[in-house]
Amino acid sequence: MVRVQTEDFDIGAEINALTDGRTDIGALVTFTGLVRDMNEGRVTLMELEHYPGMTEKELVRIEQEAHQRWPLQASLIIHRIGRLLPGDNIVLVITASAHRQAAFEAASFLMDYLKTSAPFWKKEIRDGKARWVEVRERDNAAMKKWFSQS
Amino acid sequence: MKLLYFARVKESTGVAEEEVMLPRNVTTVAGVVEWLKTRGEGYTHAFADLAIIRCAVDQQHGDLDTPIAGASEIAFFPPVTGG
Repeated sequence: MVRVQTEDFDIGAEINALTDGRTDIGALVTFTGLVRDMNEGRVTLMELEHYPGMTEKELVRIEQEAHQRWPLQASLIIHRIGRLLPGDNIVLVITASAHRQAAFEAASFLMDYLKTSAPFWKKEIRDGKARWVEVRERDNAAMKKWFSQS
Repeated sequence: MKLLYFARVKESTGVAEEEVMLPRNVTTVAGVVEWLKTRGEGYTHAFADLAIIRCAVDQQHGDLDTPIAGASEIAFFPPVTGG
C-alpha cells in the first residue's frame, strides 16, 4: 500500500493497522526518514514537491518489485509532501514477512529505489536561503547494488 | 500535448504546465527539448544542461530517445531527491 500525504503519520497506528487480525507475520521492519536541521548549513524549513499521479504509480511499481524479490506478507510506503520542519517525519516504510531477512532487505531496497526513482524534490531553506537539494552519488550507488547482484 | 515542469526546471520555465501543439517533425523527447529551447530565455536556461534533466512520458520514466507518438503528457524535472 502506498500513500502520499501532507499530514504526519503515526508509526504505531500504521503497524497496528498492518498487522491487525494477522498471525502469519513473524518479522516486521520499519524505516522512518526525518528532516535533519543540518545539511551543509542550518536547515530551518523543507518543502517537498512531487508529481501527482506519477509519484503514486512509481511507489506502487517499486512496491511490486519488492514483492517479486522477497516473500513479503505486507508492506506500506508513506511519503509526506509540503512544508516540513527539522525533526518532522518525511517517509515511512514498513515491510512484513515470515522471517526477518526478507523484511530487512526489502525495506532497504524500497528506500534505495524510492530515493532514486520516485518523483519527489526537496527544497531546503538553509542559512536563510532557498536551495534545491542535490542528488548524492552514494544514493545512486546504493540503488545500483540491487541490480548488480542479480 | 500537455507539458509539465517540476522543481528547478519549473522555476526556469516560469510555468508548471502548459498545453502545446508540437511541430509534426518532433517525434522524440529530444525533439521536444530542442523545440522548447527556441521558446525563450527561460526554456533555454531550463534545458541548458541536459545531464541534470530527467523526463517522463505519460508518467513513466523516459530519456531523450523515448518516442512521443500517442503520448498525452510529458514531464521534465531534475534528478529526484525524495526519501
